[in-house]
Amino acid sequence: MIYRAFLIKYSEIGIKGKNRYVFEDALCARIRENLSRVAEGFEAVREQGRIFLSCPEDYDYDRTVRELKKIFGIWAICPVRVIEDNSFDSLTQATGDYVEEIYGDKEITFKVEARRADKRYPIESPKICSDMGDYLLKRFKNLKVDVHDPEVRIHVEIRNNAYVYSETIPGPGGMPVGANGKAMLLLSGGIDSPVAGYMIAKRGVTVDAVYFHAPPYTSERALQKVVDLAQLISAYTGPIRLHVVNFTDIQLDIIEKCPRDELTIIMRRYMMRLAEHFARECGSLGLVTGESIGQVASQTMQSLAVTNAVCEMPVYRPLIAFDKQDIIDISEKIGTYETSIEPYEDCCTIFVAKHPVTKPLLHVIEKSERKLEGTVEEHVAKAIENVRIINVTSSRIYDKGTPYAAKEE
Amino acid sequence: MDIYLDNAATTRVCEEAAKAALEAMQTDYGNPSSKHIRGLDAEKLIKNAAKTIADTLDVKPGEIVFTSGGTESNNMALIGAALAAKRRGNHVIASGYEHASVYNTLLSLRDFGFEVEFAPVDELGHVKIPELLDMIRPTTVLVSVMYVNNEVGSVNDIASISQAVHGKGKDIVFHCDAVQAYGKYVISPVKLGIDLMSVSGHKITAPKGSGFLYVREGVRVRPLIWGGGQQKDRRSGTENVPAIAGLAAAARRYYNERREATERLYELKTRFVNELRSVDGAHVNAVKPEEDGSFSESEVRKTAPHIVSAAFEGTRAEVLLHALEESGIFVSSGSACSSNHPGISGTLRAIGVKKELLDSTLRFSFAFTTTSEELDETVRVLKQLVPFYARFARK
Repeated sequence: MIYRAFLIKYSEIGIKGKNRYVFEDALCARIRENLSRVAEGFEAVREQGRIFLSCPEDYDYDRTVRELKKIFGIWAICPVRVIEDNSFDSLTQATGDYVEEIYGDKEITFKVEARRADKRYPIESPKICSDMGDYLLKRFKNLKVDVHDPEVRIHVEIRNNAYVYSETIPGPGGMPVGANGKAMLLLSGGIDSPVAGYMIAKRGVTVDAVYFHAPPYTSERALQKVVDLAQLISAYTGPIRLHVVNFTDIQLDIIEKCPRDELTIIMRRYMMRLAEHFARECGSLGLVTGESIGQVASQTMQSLAVTNAVCEMPVYRPLIAFDKQDIIDISEKIGTYETSIEPYEDCCTIFVAKHPVTKPLLHVIEKSERKLEGTVEEHVAKAIENVRIINVTSSRIYDKGTPYAAKEE
Repeated sequence: MDIYLDNAATTRVCEEAAKAALEAMQTDYGNPSSKHIRGLDAEKLIKNAAKTIADTLDVKPGEIVFTSGGTESNNMALIGAALAAKRRGNHVIASGYEHASVYNTLLSLRDFGFEVEFAPVDELGHVKIPELLDMIRPTTVLVSVMYVNNEVGSVNDIASISQAVHGKGKDIVFHCDAVQAYGKYVISPVKLGIDLMSVSGHKITAPKGSGFLYVREGVRVRPLIWGGGQQKDRRSGTENVPAIAGLAAAARRYYNERREATERLYELKTRFVNELRSVDGAHVNAVKPEEDGSFSESEVRKTAPHIVSAAFEGTRAEVLLHALEESGIFVSSGSACSSNHPGISGTLRAIGVKKELLDSTLRFSFAFTTTSEELDETVRVLKQLVPFYARFARK
């Protein structure tokens, strides 16, 4: 095992000021959470503008890097050689050994970049650079110095230990989750909504989710699929509070009283209303959907306008201008595609009309909705009261049970 | 309390089988091939299990090959017998409503140069014997007909079929998938003229991963699984001793209780199918009705004691299934093995169920422990649910 540690560099944007430690702590927590599945014994600590991650004795390097690359806000991942004896002689010796292991007899141009975080260290940074450079040049015939555009920058950082690193693996970028408030994702079992959640999280937004469950029309397996999807994206978004809302009574009410070709659009308006309710309840500042213009009847410009009309909060639609194939590509990249295409029906497809309206008019839809007055309020109240919360992290699922199944006990 | 009416999918393991399996895991844990006493103990256990099972069929213990269950038994029988007979011919026949583990296995034989034909089935779920016999050619090497159909519970006249098949070609290997029949019927492969017979353990309260293939002495079956030569080279791999012990214990219990239990189940089934008539739009499949639409016990007795297939007009089977689930009643739509795949049951289509009822059909399947109270409760719940869900049909 060559590397005993990683230096994690993050983008500074948005994490300056007094809240900075909050985001740094959040990043450390995300790193610990994602790596808890790789091995036990990773330790992530904040250290002067970076995160220092020390690794356990026996860990899988490739898998560790793969998990770190899922954490937004990480700008670079540097595998680090830790040198405990930082007296200058042994430091140069150890740095030379490191260069030999990594580059062998490859012809490279290099530059030493030293940083003396511990100002008590007796040698100043420029001198560390030049002396270390001299040492390396003498020891290796295949190295050449290029201070302007080197192929390899050998970083030497002196803190309580000395860290040596030269490789920089790009992170996913974006902003650390938690840096930009919270939003409520309307999560279905499909391909788009998990991708929308992933994308909004990239901008540092904490994601909560709501799923509309319609038993017995949709099965427990359909719900399990959504929980699985939430867990897959939580590797990127951090822990997700999944609200499972029983939508059956509202849906049946709509089916009985409203024109069938308006069913989907009216359903979606109720979903938005309920999502907004839960968003407000848990301090979210907006809704997030996987909608993309024109993809299906309920996502035409007209349909989106009619759906949007019930919302007071902003609705973020990260995929609005994406083609289906682009969305599929992302879902394959983030690993949700395989789960999304499992064949369990969700409540949007189960009663769908053969020819749903594609150009709904707001006043027509509102008129249809008035037919629900007197009954739907009670169904909505019941749906809110009986919401089931499942807390999902990338390593665990906390499900405290279901209010509507509890009646059997 | 749960009302579990999905016993044709799988059963709850009985105490005897669980105890036998646990003992095999913790006490007789040796490898049957080991030369020491621990190995010998495990080997004895397998021998005793083979004897117990052979006794239920009135065959020799050496004719029992333990497998991982019905699917493996069917694969071993069909691929093994076809490949072993390849020099004699390349034509294979099966009934048109076999389980997927027979149907898809036979389709795969086409890749090896076999011609596969499927014989038609009548509306009560019996393979049409004259049509099947007409398909037999000089190159026919294998015929496979299931004993009890897993989706509708119809029962084939295996003795007549095998006799007629062997009459047209004495070397034709006759295979019978008896997964839903074993434990419910006294089956004598010798008297019935069966050369190969597949059985699954978990349908009779043995653990999943248990089962066997009966191979009549002298019938050649090429092994599917090669290795250390266990089970006389017929199926390599260290024997699954706990599963085998559980299977024997369950088989013993089934054949001790069979007569009384199936008598009782026939009474329950007769009552149940007649009660179902009071549910709006219910149609019972594969039982011949009287002129007034009722079902006589003598007709019910021509079907399997533990399977009822019924369609409920205007409902979607999956929705009704989940609605029943909310009341603690567990059933399946079509056959559970194929329920994961979208698409409609091949059996229901084969027996001519009306198109609009294909997606409205549930299967209720009983265990020896099923009670009349459970079935009455099921009918009561169906009477409430069916009219409600028929109101919200998909358009």
